[in-house]
Amino acid sequence: MNINFTLIAQAIAFAVLIWFTVKFVWPPLLSAIETRQKEIADGLAAAQEGKSALEVAAKKSEVTLNEAKQKASEIIGQAEKRGSQIVEDAKGVAKTESDRILAGGVADLEQEINRAKEGLRSQVSALAIAGAEKILRKEIDANAHSEMLSKLAAEL
Amino acid sequence: MATENAEHALTPSSYITHHLSFNAKPIGDGSFWVLNYDSLIMSVLLGAVVMGLIWWVARSATTGVPSKGQAFVELIFSFVDEQVKNIFHGDRHSFIAPTALTVFLWVLAMNAMDFLPVDVMHHFVYAPLGLENWRSVPTSDINTTFALALAVWFLMIYFSIKAKGLGGWVHELFYAPFGGAKFFKPKSAMGYVGLLLSPLLFVANFAFNIIEYVSKPLSHSLRLFGNMYAGEVIFLLIGLWAATGLTGTIFGAILGAGWSIFHILIVALQAFIFMMLTVVYLAMAHESH
Repeated sequence: MNINFTLIAQAIAFAVLIWFTVKFVWPPLLSAIETRQKEIADGLAAAQEGKSALEVAAKKSEVTLNEAKQKASEIIGQAEKRGSQIVEDAKGVAKTESDRILAGGVADLEQEINRAKEGLRSQVSALAIAGAEKILRKEIDANAHSEMLSKLAAEL
Repeated sequence: MATENAEHALTPSSYITHHLSFNAKPIGDGSFWVLNYDSLIMSVLLGAVVMGLIWWVARSATTGVPSKGQAFVELIFSFVDEQVKNIFHGDRHSFIAPTALTVFLWVLAMNAMDFLPVDVMHHFVYAPLGLENWRSVPTSDINTTFALALAVWFLMIYFSIKAKGLGGWVHELFYAPFGGAKFFKPKSAMGYVGLLLSPLLFVANFAFNIIEYVSKPLSHSLRLFGNMYAGEVIFLLIGLWAATGLTGTIFGAILGAGWSIFHILIVALQAFIFMMLTVVYLAMAHESH
């Protein structure tokens, strides 16, 4: 248990070990741990940021959705209005058209009636003359009475 | 144990002497010039292995997800760093924290050699290698613990002078902790006595500081040495009992196991205390009074 030269030898060994640790062991461990700590802190901050960004986006999307809904209902209302208006317009157009066609038909019909009347009139006068001719052949001269007969026909 | 040292008569005292003597090699004249090369070789070997392992992990340390080995090393690192951070409030990374790590791991490894069963190691490892009287535990050699304490003592003085300057350090030797003489105009007779006696404060301060400077390395080294030496002696006493017969062997085994388990606490605790005192002494050197 004497103090001897071992003391100095051990002190030198101690000094070398300290130098080794200071130089080669401590710095890489420290930098590894500090870098990781920084990375974790950054990651946490980024996560927080992402979370708040998500919240903002959710709020924004809700607002946009509401706007879109409102716009859609507006558009639907306008479209309904426009549709009924178009139907009304079409109804009006169809009515005038049908009226026009009806009026044309009635005019044609009247014309036909007139034409038939004209035809009948000429045929009736011819028939009357033929009948009268047959009745009066013997006693009445055709030439003498034709003027009076055509006057009669015109009055018909 | 019976086969050991067949040429000598095996007595309890020869057994203990055998296990507690060093491989001392004279390297010059005088009792100081002797080298306990078993202590030296064991401590250098353990230091190289422990710090080499740490270095091997630290060299390939990744900043990403650490491997299990790196996580373990980082656990030790953070433990030491945390202790130093609580005590020393300066740039600890440049010297004090690495020193604390070195002291802790090295002393822990040297203390842990106490777990090796002395007789088993002797019979199957040291004797076949031709090493008689080989001591496994460098910290049970007063030279080792005193070398560490003395190195810390010199570092303490170095940091003290570095922090306060040589003048500041010398000033502190004479002015702390009681304060120094002041020149004042006395208002009474007692005041004159005080003025005349105040230079005595220098003597008191200086004596106090000398005691402190002497006691620090002594308590620092002897605490570790005493614990480890006593642990070794108790293992040897248990071993002696185990040699007395069957009952002794059974109880010796039980007691040996119990003492080993308790010794785990002492080994770790003494390494921790040695590290903490190192940090405290070096931190105190930075503080000025």
